[in-house]
Amino acid sequence: MTGIPAAIFYVLAAIVVGSGVMVVSLRNIFHCALFLVLTLFGVAGIYVLLSAEFLAAVQVLIYVGAITILMIFAIMLTAKLYNAQIRQSNEQVVLGIVVVVTLLISTVAILGRTAWRLSDVMAQTQSTAGIGRALLTRYALPFEVVSVVLLTALIGAIVIARKE
Amino acid sequence: MVVGLTHYVILSSILFCVGIFGVLTRRNAIAILMSIELMFNAVNINFVAFSKFVTPGEFIGQIFAIFVITIAAAEATVGLAIVLLIYRNFKGINVDNINLMKW
Repeated sequence: MTGIPAAIFYVLAAIVVGSGVMVVSLRNIFHCALFLVLTLFGVAGIYVLLSAEFLAAVQVLIYVGAITILMIFAIMLTAKLYNAQIRQSNEQVVLGIVVVVTLLISTVAILGRTAWRLSDVMAQTQSTAGIGRALLTRYALPFEVVSVVLLTALIGAIVIARKE
Repeated sequence: MVVGLTHYVILSSILFCVGIFGVLTRRNAIAILMSIELMFNAVNINFVAFSKFVTPGEFIGQIFAIFVITIAAAEATVGLAIVLLIYRNFKGINVDNINLMKW
């Protein structure tokens, strides 16, 4: 687990964090959406490194394929705002940086001195089969509830966005 | 140097802080929704990392991550519908102009 996997992790982490910073700092909102795609792809790569292939596929399908397209649709529909070089940040940038850096430093300090109860078992490789089995047996009820939540959100979005 | 749980958790906290920064400083409502997506992804990295390193035999963390992705999709749908409605009524989506409920 030394050498190449570590290098891949650092490259992916740099992609994720770098394009994440671009998402929150660029002026053109459309470029932000494109960098969001890059971030989400990087997170999918992190999932593959964590031997969660099914989740990586779901990430690409749902986040990159659906949510980002939805965002770009919304940007297009609210056009004449995104191409103008208007200011995209409010006047709290300095305060925001201070708050975020404080939060990050304290979080990392706490993480550094926490002793996790790690398990020595090797991770199972067949994650798709295991997830499917668990979703249909032990987690069947949450699975059904979440489908109802999705249906409700769908109807709610239609009701909210439709013209009178 | 071996990449362990701490590396993933620190990566996730950095991504979460970037998302918080976006939520705090952006004026555009769609950009705020994008920052929230960043925060969702940070949380998911945490779930999957703990699933691999703490409970490798089961898939609890990954199943939670699937639920989080589903709820994020629902959130994005409803959020963008609200953004479109705001755009129609206010002729703009800068959140500092939307102070209808502020006294």
